[in-house]
Amino acid sequence: MTSPPIISDCLAQLAAVSAAVHRPLRFMEVCGTHTMSAFRSGLHSLLPDNVTLLSGPGCPVCVTAQEDIDTLVYLAQHDDLILCTYGDMLRVPGRSGTLEQARSRGADIRVVYSAIDALTLARQHPARQVVFAAVGFETTAPATAAVVRLAKQQSFPNFSVLASHKRVVPAMLALLAAGAVQIDGFLCPGHVSAVIGSAVYRPIVDLYKFPCVIAGFEEIHMARALLHLAQMARDNRPELINDYTEVVNPAGNLVAQQLLNEVFTIIDVRWRGLGVIPSSGLALRPEFHSFDAQQKFSLPLPVPRELPGCICGQVITGIATPHDCKSFGRSCTPVHPLGPCMVSSEGTCQAYFKYARLGGRWSGSFQQPTPATASMQQVTP
Amino acid sequence: MNTPHGTPRIMLAHGGGGQLTDELLRQCIMPRLDNAVLNQLLDSAILPDGQGGRLAMTIDSFVVQPLEFPGGNIGDLAVAGTVNDLAVCGATPLGIALSLVLCEGLPIPVLERVLDAVAATARKAGVTVVTGDTKVVGHGQADGIFITTAGVGRIPAGLILSPTQVQPGDMLIINGPLGEHGLAVMLAREMPELITPVKSDVAPLNSLINAALAAAPGQIRFMRDPTRGGLAGLCADLATHSGYRVVLDETHIPLRPEARHAADLLGLDPLEIANEGKVVVVVAPAAHDRVLQAMRAHPLAESAVTIGHIGELRDGLCEIRTTIGGRRIVAKPYGEQLPRIC
Repeated sequence: MTSPPIISDCLAQLAAVSAAVHRPLRFMEVCGTHTMSAFRSGLHSLLPDNVTLLSGPGCPVCVTAQEDIDTLVYLAQHDDLILCTYGDMLRVPGRSGTLEQARSRGADIRVVYSAIDALTLARQHPARQVVFAAVGFETTAPATAAVVRLAKQQSFPNFSVLASHKRVVPAMLALLAAGAVQIDGFLCPGHVSAVIGSAVYRPIVDLYKFPCVIAGFEEIHMARALLHLAQMARDNRPELINDYTEVVNPAGNLVAQQLLNEVFTIIDVRWRGLGVIPSSGLALRPEFHSFDAQQKFSLPLPVPRELPGCICGQVITGIATPHDCKSFGRSCTPVHPLGPCMVSSEGTCQAYFKYARLGGRWSGSFQQPTPATASMQQVTP
Repeated sequence: MNTPHGTPRIMLAHGGGGQLTDELLRQCIMPRLDNAVLNQLLDSAILPDGQGGRLAMTIDSFVVQPLEFPGGNIGDLAVAGTVNDLAVCGATPLGIALSLVLCEGLPIPVLERVLDAVAATARKAGVTVVTGDTKVVGHGQADGIFITTAGVGRIPAGLILSPTQVQPGDMLIINGPLGEHGLAVMLAREMPELITPVKSDVAPLNSLINAALAAAPGQIRFMRDPTRGGLAGLCADLATHSGYRVVLDETHIPLRPEARHAADLLGLDPLEIANEGKVVVVVAPAAHDRVLQAMRAHPLAESAVTIGHIGELRDGLCEIRTTIGGRRIVAKPYGEQLPRIC
């Protein structure tokens, strides 16, 4: 249970430290659970005026490329096929609409809570093909790997996965490699780090000189991480701090990593709105091809397409505001989103669209340096 | 309606009581059935009885799966739901109509248990089922049992309960902890192997509501039961329709630990989960203590608590002050509740 006095102490210290910095401080979280925790607790509204918590590419569903959604929609239209997916995938639009809409046209799409549920469905429906839409970062990928291995051991003829698993650290490195990012450090994800370990963030600190703090998901954990980040920004002394040692160690979960290596191979994949990121995806190894829906159903290879006019990559990194985007509020809205910043309910663009007219820090990370303020007033959703 | 691809079709979320239900009402239903009574979109329609008094009329369909869940079954829901829709409008139920759509193959003992629940809940609420209808459809054309109930009630002279009555400073009281009906049903459906103490809160609320109304005549401005869309949907709607800022205080929003854990497990927000035995009462500040006391004296509201107030701002939004002292906007849920993976 969070104790209010402790978090208020922590926020008071953050205020004192950030006041001594005399410039805007922008920190980025890259984890959907951090995004939700910050949103639900109203943490944004408690941060000092010059501290912003940006929501990075940490929602694995939101960064799923449109063409990957299109492949799932295409697949789901097959008769005698059950497509299993995590609930939040249902509403992410591709060019051919959402899985939710495909379901309304008669596709058999089931919401599952874990990869093993999909395998159970395959056992219950031997006459039908069951495909699991495997999304998520290194948190859900080991479960997919375990299920694929089990399906192979038990020679399931009617189970396969369409894998769009992604890796967090390559995306963070890609953002930094693109240059000119307006951020002062990363709040690194607790759950993902439990699998991949803390040492993998080293290059971000050593090569790019950005502070990193690995933190848990309670508000106090996040506030403490922001305090560490602000202190390191003030002192210009980037370090890697693991503030979640009860769960995260330097090497990570070796059993899970071994499982990932056994089943998956690392590939370059496209992230919605961010383009192709080297070594950021996981594909099934050739020995598991009979469980790869792409191979099994000879699916047409997705045609990669850029999102016309979407500048999500720049919005995420604080280089641009949503108002710099020609699509914002026109061809890109919460009902018909283009990039991940509008897909995610807490994405920067959606927060701007919904709440900017309130003029305060209500949700997400729409607080930006002063030049944007004038144009924020004009938004009338 | 919202698909760029082919004929727009009904999606499950259109029935979730959230933004998509609103869109369906606004774009499809209201333009065709437009009239002054319907347009108010209250829980019951308020009609003149021809003798200077007013009647309330309401109707609701029940399609829950599974039919039986911890704490009740579809029969309890069908009666309590309609009684509550009348009661929150201040109406005393006069009678209930019950329509059954049964699916071929339904075990008769299941139907008997459902009807026993209908009878028991009606007794508790002090109403009678005065008319009805029974239809049977073939295998696969429905799922077990669908029930529709309609109710008529009489509204006491002078009583006006409406979002337009609320004033800045009014207080919001709820009669007990949130989310238990929706969680009990979802756990029974999604994780039947799990044994939890979470039970549906389904209950007819008319006697509780009568006690609250009697404690402060003319001082209760508005009441609603937070069913589909949960407390979030109710308060977002109240803000929209009253035009004022609705302010919730998270530290006072009651939630049992087992419900909190179940919501975490299912990846859901307790504020958005359906209740079937809860009512939010908006009361003038002067009568707040009396109403709260009267409610707590009733067995269905022993843990009644004040959860927020109507603010001064006229922006039609709902905000919540969080346990850590933060603030955020509470939006109306989209529709179908979906678990998050992250």
